[in-house]
Amino acid sequence: MFLLSEGGASIPVVDPLGADGVFSLLWLVIALPLAGATILLLGGRRTDAWGHWLGTLTAVGSFVLSLVLFVSMLGREEGQRQVVQHLYDWIRVGDLTVSIDLLLDPLSVLFLLLITGVGSLIHVYSIGYMEHDPRRRRFFAYLNLFVAAMLMLVLSENYLGLFLGWEGVGLASYLLIGFWQHKPSAAAAAKKAFVVNRVGDIGLSLGIALFFVTFGSTSFTVISANASGASDGVLTALGLLLLLAACGKSAQVPLQSWLLDAMEGPTPVSALIHAATMVTAGVYLVVRSNFVFELAPHAQTAVVVVATVTLLWGAVIGCAKDDIKKALAGSTMSQIGYMMLAAGLGVYGYAFAIFHLITHGFFKANMFLGAGSVMHGMNDDVDMRRYGALRKAMPVTFLTFAMGYLAIIGFPGFSGFWSKDKIIETALIESPVAGIGALIGAGVTGFYMTRLMLMTFFGEKRWKDDVHPHESPSVMTGPLVVLAALSVLGGLLYLGHWIVDWLSPVVGTAPKHEPPVPAIVITLLVLAVVAAGVATAWLLVGKRPVPVTAPQDVSFATRAARADLYGDTINETLVINPGRHATAGLTRGDRSLVDGLFTGSAGVTAALGAQLRKVQNGFVRSYALSVVGGVVLVLAALLVVNL
Amino acid sequence: MDDVTPYIVLSTILFTIGSVGVLTRRNAIVVFMSVELMLNACNLALVAFAKQHGNLDGQVAAFFVMVVAAAEVVVGLAIIMTIFRTRRSASVDDASLLKY
Repeated sequence: MFLLSEGGASIPVVDPLGADGVFSLLWLVIALPLAGATILLLGGRRTDAWGHWLGTLTAVGSFVLSLVLFVSMLGREEGQRQVVQHLYDWIRVGDLTVSIDLLLDPLSVLFLLLITGVGSLIHVYSIGYMEHDPRRRRFFAYLNLFVAAMLMLVLSENYLGLFLGWEGVGLASYLLIGFWQHKPSAAAAAKKAFVVNRVGDIGLSLGIALFFVTFGSTSFTVISANASGASDGVLTALGLLLLLAACGKSAQVPLQSWLLDAMEGPTPVSALIHAATMVTAGVYLVVRSNFVFELAPHAQTAVVVVATVTLLWGAVIGCAKDDIKKALAGSTMSQIGYMMLAAGLGVYGYAFAIFHLITHGFFKANMFLGAGSVMHGMNDDVDMRRYGALRKAMPVTFLTFAMGYLAIIGFPGFSGFWSKDKIIETALIESPVAGIGALIGAGVTGFYMTRLMLMTFFGEKRWKDDVHPHESPSVMTGPLVVLAALSVLGGLLYLGHWIVDWLSPVVGTAPKHEPPVPAIVITLLVLAVVAAGVATAWLLVGKRPVPVTAPQDVSFATRAARADLYGDTINETLVINPGRHATAGLTRGDRSLVDGLFTGSAGVTAALGAQLRKVQNGFVRSYALSVVGGVVLVLAALLVVNL
Repeated sequence: MDDVTPYIVLSTILFTIGSVGVLTRRNAIVVFMSVELMLNACNLALVAFAKQHGNLDGQVAAFFVMVVAAAEVVVGLAIIMTIFRTRRSASVDDASLLKY
């Protein structure tokens, strides 16, 4: 069993102040990118020439505004850092009043900075990456739409507004994954992402309905104040429904299958949506709903189980992929698993979940954009087996990618070291089984990331002679440099426990738990495991030549990992095929029973009519006969009655 | 009080002949004549009963029937003539297009 103690932690209540001063500009953060998307989509071809600049400008404007808000929030006292801005009443039906309220608190302001900051850098990068795409303007419109929806998601003060952003994010990701819609694989991947996300959305919409039934409101303020009054069963159900929602959006097992296919989209999309922001929505949901999860220990256990499975699942997939983007996607799945794990640990882990989310946002966006830069120089080839020795051809990409690599494996001093180490440490104390899973995951991370690095940038050149790898333009390398710097320095957020203290008004303060062994021992243990993973990769990949075509005579484990651990097969056997059979059966039943009833009754009427029609033969004499017969009958009847 | 039984018997015979004629003959003219026969059988019955009851109501009704029969002959013969002109036949079985 996992040890999930509730401890003596008090659950903080959302109790915001009204927005005044600079905070009254909060709505502009969403409105800017939304306006950008609207103008670009409605403006049509007239905006082709300058559309990408407008899109970038709105994102950057949003970022600057977020920065201003963040600084003003820093200047406030701890108790006054929750601000709500009431925009208007959206729905008012009977007891249900849903207003569009924006909540800015220490949690959402960090998301604001991450979304708009990384988002702006990716906008800038896309100017270069999408330069030769005739539909670049549309691409920027979708990016803006995505940013606006994601901001709505993290800023809303109630679950229904969050759902609005949640669906908007789903829509934008559908549009962006399928951006190259002429490729059937991209169209299919977009559809798959959309459908799988809908499964998670069922959880969220049912959860919202249950919130309303239980608390009569969907507002965080009301729910957090009354959560302790609800019964255990309701709270557990709420927690599990929210977990289902989070699984869909954050690509957690069993709803993980869409993430790898989603790499069909342009690379900036992978960086923005499937690494830095959208997949973190599930983590945000769990952390934001801490007032539910703190009271539902069973749901928390479920979160921990799902997260541990996912972090190993993703890591194993990452080990066997030759497609650079899919290897990174597997790693994303695994890292989101770490965040979910921390979030599942409750008050001990919320802050670390957000910490890892932010550092991961930096280094994963960095690496995805780096991968995009490599593909840009390699004629859009994604197979790492045809890379090799690219460090000389692309020095800037190599160096920035290396920073991201060191951050993700947790090299001491880099951002990932601080955030992941804290998660593993907390997990080992609070839930040893999950902690050991996380520890193994760290080793596997070291293995697959080293393999990726070695296959891409080191070794012999394996590309064909007609490929001329070259460094990308500065509009693309600029964001890489910034993100690389953030990947290195992201750990500063933990300087003096800053992020933990900063988030404590939202997620609560954890009671002090002394680890059974000194923290430094755990850190050294993690480093040893990671080093073992790196060394294995060096022995298996670095010291031996890499075959240009993937060898087929491989172990079962490799084959399974190449096939995404049979995730699609499982879905097909458990969901798709039974569904198909059920549909066929229902159709048959519909045809024979329901249709049969209708066509049958119609047939009977028609047959009756055909018989009756024979009476109307058109011969006057037979009509006359019926008249006479009728008269005779009437007379006979009269006689019978009278006699 | 006169005994009107023979008249009624005659009337019944005439009416039966008329109705059998309507039912069995194909020629529209003959059918028409049979109808007239039935009408006149009725007239005979009306007059006979009027005589029996000693008032004139039945006789007046017989006059009405005659007037209506005359009008009917005008219209009916005109229709039969028209049908005969268009299809060169006065058979009532041929004129069954309205069943469609």
